[in-house]
Amino acid sequence: MGMKGKNGTSAEAAGLLHPSTDKVVVIEGTHSASYAVKLARVQVVAAYPITPQTGVVEKLSDIVSAGDLDAKFIKVESEHSAMACCIGASMTGARAFTATSSQGLALMHELLHWAAGSRLPIVMVNVNRAMAPPWSIYVDHNDSLSQRDTGWLQFYAESNQEVMDTVLQAYKIAEMVSLPVMINLDAFVLSHTSEPVAIPKQQVVNEFLPPRSAPFKLDIHNPRAFGALIGPEAYMEMRYKLDAAMEDARAAIRDVDTEYGKLFGRSYGGLVEEYRTDEAEIVLVTSATAVSIARIAVDELRSLGFPVGLAKVRAFRPFPVDEIRMLGQRIGKIGVLDRNFSFGASGIIYQETKAALYNALVRPKLFGFVAGLGGRDITPETIKEIFSYMMNHDGPELEAVWVGLKTHKVNEAQNTFADSAEGQQK
Amino acid sequence: MGQIKFDLPGEEILSPGHFACPGCGATLTMRYVLKALGRKTIVVIPACCWSVIDGPVPYSAAGVPVFHTAFESAASTASGIKAGLEIQGDHETTVVAFAGDGGTFDIGLQALSGAAERNEDFIYVCYDNEAYMNTGIQRSSATPFWAWTTTTPTESPKAEKKKNIVEILAAHRIPYLATASVAYPDDMIAKIQRAKEIKGTRFIHVFSPCPPGWKFEPEDSIKISRMAVESRIFPLFEVFNGRDYKLTREPAGTPVRDYLKSQGRFRHLKESDIQQIQSNVDEEWERLKGKLTFQVESRGKSHLHGVVDPERNPPMRRAIRK
Repeated sequence: MGMKGKNGTSAEAAGLLHPSTDKVVVIEGTHSASYAVKLARVQVVAAYPITPQTGVVEKLSDIVSAGDLDAKFIKVESEHSAMACCIGASMTGARAFTATSSQGLALMHELLHWAAGSRLPIVMVNVNRAMAPPWSIYVDHNDSLSQRDTGWLQFYAESNQEVMDTVLQAYKIAEMVSLPVMINLDAFVLSHTSEPVAIPKQQVVNEFLPPRSAPFKLDIHNPRAFGALIGPEAYMEMRYKLDAAMEDARAAIRDVDTEYGKLFGRSYGGLVEEYRTDEAEIVLVTSATAVSIARIAVDELRSLGFPVGLAKVRAFRPFPVDEIRMLGQRIGKIGVLDRNFSFGASGIIYQETKAALYNALVRPKLFGFVAGLGGRDITPETIKEIFSYMMNHDGPELEAVWVGLKTHKVNEAQNTFADSAEGQQK
Repeated sequence: MGQIKFDLPGEEILSPGHFACPGCGATLTMRYVLKALGRKTIVVIPACCWSVIDGPVPYSAAGVPVFHTAFESAASTASGIKAGLEIQGDHETTVVAFAGDGGTFDIGLQALSGAAERNEDFIYVCYDNEAYMNTGIQRSSATPFWAWTTTTPTESPKAEKKKNIVEILAAHRIPYLATASVAYPDDMIAKIQRAKEIKGTRFIHVFSPCPPGWKFEPEDSIKISRMAVESRIFPLFEVFNGRDYKLTREPAGTPVRDYLKSQGRFRHLKESDIQQIQSNVDEEWERLKGKLTFQVESRGKSHLHGVVDPERNPPMRRAIRK
């Protein structure tokens, strides 16, 4: 997954065997995050287990216990406390990390605001998992997208290598703009799937990411109060500054990705990576592992002569408004594939894309598609179905086209269940 | 009533000009805690009266670094601060979680239990004013039996007994916990200083009178606190390792009636209610007595010599002058 670089060359050729590489290992996405945390010299880890994030904290427990990372690992009693610990640790100037998923992220919600409002460069890995009920442990993005207004930067990774590289980039970006960063990876598709990952040399990482130097902290020699009561005369200005930092993050993301590319031989296009958009007439916008699948479908359709392309939304916060507008100027039809849904509205990235385009002078036809909820596979066929829909429609007819829906089959499944229950009774 | 005269040790770190109500027990508690701990202290404050008392931006009365955190997060935030300091080589600074009864008995109990189970190295001070006072006197699980609050009106006063937070913490076998009262500041300061010398989770449960919440005149705060101790409603004691209980003041055993009559929140009580409360208090006192490893009278004969120094905790006669 995600083994194709920007120019279609294999990831091995594009970067794994770069001089900055210490070794190439075949690891799961969760472990890729753990090794990145080690390389980032994180000082305080606080986490609570939840499937499918557990690999992150298990591997980190091994790393810390073995003395390979000089960190405090607080094994808390909830995700809420995990984030509170990270906030406390980060307030002392330490580099802090947590990892969670789905319900755990939802439980943290209050403290996600607290971390961003405190302007703390905490980095979190969230393994995207569908929200219950009904219980699901499989991928979709409603968990993290529900947190979009908390003031956290959000990245979506396409490969285990990108997880590693984005965690390292995230600490640098977070500490530049004093905002927390969430790196999202798809449940099981990345979290439990082994891929070759280049582990960079510690020395090169140290050069890229120096120790944290906190602009403010809890300091007995300079006693200050943080987060105290504030009146209407100043609250707005603090929120304005938070957004200004988010705006600054756009340049930080691009610059850090470029610098990372120079040092490590891998970069990801900043906020958005375009794939085969030259001379494309129809482009699909999507994120995370659906991008890898879409690359395959785009290659196939291109080989058949169809003018299709792809744009990967890597950073969702800040939202890549400029990148989307530039795409919209060149492309007549854009479809957005969301692995999430805002009930009563539409797919969330579709909404954001639409909002970004509304004030543009040139606007494409914009289609919204929803697929892959609760871990339903997104296959090259799914992507081809989406392109086919756009080719056969002059414009969108619905705010959201649900792809691969099988309502009648759900009923059949229920009947089958009833039959088998009857059978058991007999 | 005569003036209370005693010499309190320690620097005066808390500034005047804070936002507390007159007669506030929580403010006296912070003053004594900071006196006992000194300036190498970081305080974590969840949502509680002290979110206001310390002062709005850009003011802070505490005189030491303060971090305001979410309501249920005092113990977890303190855990993170301590870890952050330790990993950066600061092994000296004392971290204090300073929370009200709502943030301790109710919404913050999970985080507190988690931290206590992990034996996180901080001092947790709960100033217990027996209701949600900052939001306007709503009942908490620390509100006493049959008390009035705005959510337990006199037609249906609080029908449940106060949650026993000390027993909950004792069950975690933390190295040190103590009860303290603003009416006995030298006892409180001695306990905070003792706590400072111990590693691990330390818990101080402070009886913290609230004039507007309990409906009494601010000048009676100390008198009422003293009555709570002397009537055995709030005995002063220490618990070591969740096992060894030590009374630090033998209460006179005065009737609870005088205490109850001193506050508007109990004005609706009938004679039978007062009898019921007296009986509840007597029962709790007997339970506590059964747990005591040491009596006040047996000071100096303890088998914990070297751990507990009785000389640091003398009788409180100076503070009870009338």
